[in-house]
Amino acid sequence: MDRAMQYDTAHLIGAMVLLFGFQLLYQRRIKSVLTTFAFQAGALSIAAAWQAYIQNSPHLYVTAAIALIFKAFFVPFALNWLIKRLGIHRSVETALGVGPTMIIGVVLVALSIMLVLPVTQGATALTRENLAMAMSVVLLGLLMMITRHNAVTQVVGFMALENGLILAAVGVKGMPLVVEMSVAFSVLVAMILFGIFFFRIRERFDSLDLHYLETVRGDRL
Amino acid sequence: MTAQALLAVAVFPFLAVLAMLAHRQKAAPSLVHAGCLGVSLVLGTIGILSVMKGGVDVAVLPVGLPWLKAHFRIDAFSGFFLVIVNLGAVMASLFGISYVRHLTHPARVAVAYPMFLAGMNLALLSDDAFSFLVSWEFMSASSWLLVLADHEEEENRKAAFTYLMMALFGTFCLLGAFGILAQAGGGYDFDALRQAKLNGWQSSLVVLLGLLGAGSKAGLVPLHAWLPLAHPAAPSHVSALMSGVMTKVALYILARILFDFGPTPAWWWGAVIMATGGVTAVVGILYALIQTDLKRLLAYSTVENIGVALIGLGVALAFKGSGLLPYAALALAASLYHMLNHSVMKGLLFLGAGAVLHATHERNIEKLGGLIHRMPITAAAFLVGAAAISALPPLNGFVSEWLILQTLFLGPKVPNWAMKFGSPVVAAMLALSAALAAAAFVRAFGMVFLGRARSQAAETASEPPMGMWAALILLACLCALLGIVPVSATTMLSHIAQSLMGIELSDTIIEGWPWLAPINVTRGSYSGTVLVASVLFLIMVTAIVIKGFGTRNIRRSPAWDCGHKESSPAFQYTASSFAQPLRRVYGSTAFRAKEEVDMPSPAEIRPARLDVRIKDLIWDGLYQPLADGVANLSTRLNRLQTMTVRRHLLMMFLTLLIMLLVAALRRVMP
Repeated sequence: MDRAMQYDTAHLIGAMVLLFGFQLLYQRRIKSVLTTFAFQAGALSIAAAWQAYIQNSPHLYVTAAIALIFKAFFVPFALNWLIKRLGIHRSVETALGVGPTMIIGVVLVALSIMLVLPVTQGATALTRENLAMAMSVVLLGLLMMITRHNAVTQVVGFMALENGLILAAVGVKGMPLVVEMSVAFSVLVAMILFGIFFFRIRERFDSLDLHYLETVRGDRL
Repeated sequence: MTAQALLAVAVFPFLAVLAMLAHRQKAAPSLVHAGCLGVSLVLGTIGILSVMKGGVDVAVLPVGLPWLKAHFRIDAFSGFFLVIVNLGAVMASLFGISYVRHLTHPARVAVAYPMFLAGMNLALLSDDAFSFLVSWEFMSASSWLLVLADHEEEENRKAAFTYLMMALFGTFCLLGAFGILAQAGGGYDFDALRQAKLNGWQSSLVVLLGLLGAGSKAGLVPLHAWLPLAHPAAPSHVSALMSGVMTKVALYILARILFDFGPTPAWWWGAVIMATGGVTAVVGILYALIQTDLKRLLAYSTVENIGVALIGLGVALAFKGSGLLPYAALALAASLYHMLNHSVMKGLLFLGAGAVLHATHERNIEKLGGLIHRMPITAAAFLVGAAAISALPPLNGFVSEWLILQTLFLGPKVPNWAMKFGSPVVAAMLALSAALAAAAFVRAFGMVFLGRARSQAAETASEPPMGMWAALILLACLCALLGIVPVSATTMLSHIAQSLMGIELSDTIIEGWPWLAPINVTRGSYSGTVLVASVLFLIMVTAIVIKGFGTRNIRRSPAWDCGHKESSPAFQYTASSFAQPLRRVYGSTAFRAKEEVDMPSPAEIRPARLDVRIKDLIWDGLYQPLADGVANLSTRLNRLQTMTVRRHLLMMFLTLLIMLLVAALRRVMP
């Protein structure tokens, strides 16, 4: 397989991750948010596996496996189960409309391309494109966190952000501690997911909406 | 020499620890002060030796930042300031040995006092920006603790807070100045700063930051606000050090920045500094004139004298910037001389105020009076200090102010109209401030020591113990000595000017012992020695004449009774009434002073009232708005503290975006 092919495939998979990142922004229902996130994690897993193959670095397969098993299957299923179990409101509550959010998303992607491409002039084309896309994914995840009210969507936003980081990490040849990083992030996410956060809010206020948390802190009366 | 000095300084922390461990022992604070006295003596001797010897002695200690280490160095210039600091420290410690026992919290003072001395000495010994700033902060922090020694009183806490703010501001400015110099010089040790090559605006920025940083510590108007608050709040012997000595450490680093580091700043900075000094001198002494708190009055007088020393530095800079090196050396020497003199006389006056405070527990001069009968030694010493600081010959204050005045008359030699016109104006300001100083100190001395006691405390006062008055007498003698043999002092200063200006002073300044004649004899010369000798001779002749030919009938009668006996001490002049004429002349503009007379109508039976309202324009116009602004801003920013989780995230997101945008734009438009 020649280099052009390797490059195009990696590019395609990275673009898929980014695309799912956008898709996350316009989902109206929590269930579809989770499904889209599962797809994004799956795309990430493919990206990691593909990088493992073309870079001849088998440890990246571990990253791919973690992404696939933990993020693409376990987390969405667990969250779904939680939502059903706790009887949480099923629709996404937005702080900013879908349209403006999408426009901001496009601007963010443009910004990351504008920023990363000139900065990384010395690096190979593959790394540069990959970094630009990874950064877009990170920014989109952050955007999702600030434009959605619900705790579940915020957690998903955080995980999407983290997907972007992993995408950046696997795309760079010879990046140390990639596997460890993905494991650590997963543990972190797991902690956030199943830790006190959910159950606390649930048992106190019967809702996962962060508004209620704010009232307790005295922000809103 | 440097190594010995460092060893001596290392004793201070031990003394502080000792004071901490033995804080229950009654004798401990006095012992600690005695220890400080010994160490300061050693350090002062080292200072004198290094001034005599000239030359440079360097030591590097492997402490501090790993890539920098700690550099220390003594040259003639820092040696001279070591003399100033440790002379003051010796006297203050001698005074403190007996004084500290009578304070409310002797243990607190005894812990911070050695650290304060250590900070000042280390700041002078430092030879890199890092150790300097650390010692400088050490000096600030420990003196802040000393201001807080009596923190039960609200007023002292406020004073300490103002002081802390100003100290932070000053250090911040100095940090900036050193940063610019270090960037240009390629290192933080002072040798690199000396080699720094700056362009015009960098050099200006360094001078400005140095002036603000050192000026805020020295008491430059309008950065002097903390001085009259903090100096009186500290115990008197510490006030003597803060006022007489710590301000000189600030001038030391200012002089280093102006004359030693980087290229010489443009001449007009000299003019700016000179004018600032003139304004500082006049404003400082005008404030002193209307104070009724003795120590506050002395603190304002410090502001005046810092202004005078600053005039000298400014003129020196203007001369150096115009290439007139002999005159620059003369102006610098005059300024340094004034710093030395001021440290001696201000030490004397503050210790004298301490003795009064010790005897009467009263700082308000309206409640003192007649102390000359009960405290003759203190009164005599205070009188010498007051005369010296009022620039009366043959004492030391006169010589240095006269020298600075002489250099100001040379100002028109700078080929520039600003200096040609400016220096006579500043000379007039200097003369005015000297005259006002005389008025202020006549008032202070008269109210405290003359007339009749205005309170019970003043009536029952008694002379302080020997340790205290010994320090007073020694300082008074020094005041006289430095005035009587000025040529010896200027010869010593000649080495120092040489190290900074590269030119020997003695060729230009001295017209044969004992005549002090800057430039040449026809322009003006002065000899304290000859003056004193002739005055003594005249006194002797007069005495002989009176003894021989005068009447022997002596009649004693009550003084100042103007024909009728006073029934109450309240009939005397008060401090406010003494200051009234000058307050009317200057106060209506400088302080917006307003007098209101409330006369009862003929049928009413109540006393008339005269109220004087005085505004501190600098405080109201500069500090109060600033404080209000900060309070306002922090109230607004406080809302950030209670934002929602999502808003916090939004803030982070926006910050990230702005930073990314900046990075992207810098790429596009380099």
